[in-house]
Amino acid sequence: MLIPEMPHFKTPAFEGPLDLLLHLIRVNEVDISDIPIAEITDQYLAMMDVFESLDLQIAGEYVLLAATLIEIKSRMLLPQAPPLAGEEPEEDPRAELVARLREYQLYQGTVETLRTWEELRRGLYFRGAAQETDDYILPVPEGEATPLQLFHALHRLLSEAGVDEKPVTAIIPRRRISVRLKMAEILRKINAAGADGLAFENLFILPCPRFDLVLTFLAMLELLRLLRVRARQPRQYGTILLYGLSAEDPKVNTG
Amino acid sequence: MIAALECLLFVAGEPLLLTDLARALQAEEIDVEVALRTLQGELSERGSGLQLLQIAGGWQLSTRPEYSETIARMLSRGANKLTRAGMETLAIVAYRQPITAPELEAVRGVSSGGVLKTLLERRLIQEAGRKETLGRPILYTTTPDFLHYFGISDLSQLPILESDGPVPAPVTAEDAADGRLEGPDDESSDLDLAAVETKTVEVDAASDSEAI
Repeated sequence: MLIPEMPHFKTPAFEGPLDLLLHLIRVNEVDISDIPIAEITDQYLAMMDVFESLDLQIAGEYVLLAATLIEIKSRMLLPQAPPLAGEEPEEDPRAELVARLREYQLYQGTVETLRTWEELRRGLYFRGAAQETDDYILPVPEGEATPLQLFHALHRLLSEAGVDEKPVTAIIPRRRISVRLKMAEILRKINAAGADGLAFENLFILPCPRFDLVLTFLAMLELLRLLRVRARQPRQYGTILLYGLSAEDPKVNTG
Repeated sequence: MIAALECLLFVAGEPLLLTDLARALQAEEIDVEVALRTLQGELSERGSGLQLLQIAGGWQLSTRPEYSETIARMLSRGANKLTRAGMETLAIVAYRQPITAPELEAVRGVSSGGVLKTLLERRLIQEAGRKETLGRPILYTTTPDFLHYFGISDLSQLPILESDGPVPAPVTAEDAADGRLEGPDDESSDLDLAAVETKTVEVDAASDSEAI
């Protein structure tokens, strides 16, 4: 369901409807778990009027929360039916909103701390990346492979490749192999290698024409990009190993 | 070893891991760690303009905070500070990671595509696969750059979530866990960091006693 012409506007000073609502709760000095819903709803709607009178468009999210507030207000106006035997008493209509506000408030509470840290950290300066990086390569943390190292590995292979290549004057039949096809092929290879991983070099069957080599490399990059495959280099300058990222091993790099 | 260590820290433009330092120095990690702390203390004692930090999971040299103004007169900072929306989003990602955009938006109550894009561009968050639910939404996590941006060593140093009250500060300066670093020379200039250090000592002491 798409709402046409959702305004892309951000209401000044508020990060969103929850922020505005928390602001009203704070200003009124009321308990978040016992929000006087009628008053707060009126004030919320009044704020929306203010936005409107300032000729500001109101983002859809604000309207949505307004509707929620009005719904809660109307449910609270209805007399509570006495709970029938064996039936749970009806939940406070505000409960869900309160839970959302509390969670939002939780994260907001840390923003101030993070802001202080940001400020402290900005007072510190670090040396930039090492100069003349062609002379040396910094170690890769935790066995990750960098694009540069993949490039070096390709370069090594390319220097060994082309052994079987015909002179350029030869007529080369048009090859119909696509990257997609190659991806399927090497993914099978990598997955077959399982937990031990497949050495980068073993992706290629040498000697082979450069065309194949580049195609294989492109296919591998594409698999890396799609997160179907993961590259690791356990030792510096060592072999780059490729692992299949199947559904049961969604390795998430928290950092 | 300490001089050699200083060399390694000087050439690296990023935090160095203990394992990498140990390999380069051909020494045991435990000895390297002792050397790191000694160097940290020496830098502070001799009133060096540099300090040794534990940051983003590694060790790195930085300038001391009290010289920030001097440096700022020569270098101008490029990157802008995070906006409030950016900060809020980052906080939610940090605590709830890996998190998808819809989950994030449910917490914030507003669409967050633009903010996520900015944070991705600044490499404070990264894509980390997809959630195996309807639509396979992209999962986001924080990056080592995130830790570096806030001057912390790992995610466990993030403030404990509580709805009210301030939260303790992180180890922004030297690891003050061993008290010998609190020399009399840095009392006056970095009051903020001194407060930070005291806090850390308390926290560490508390966790130690718990462990026993």
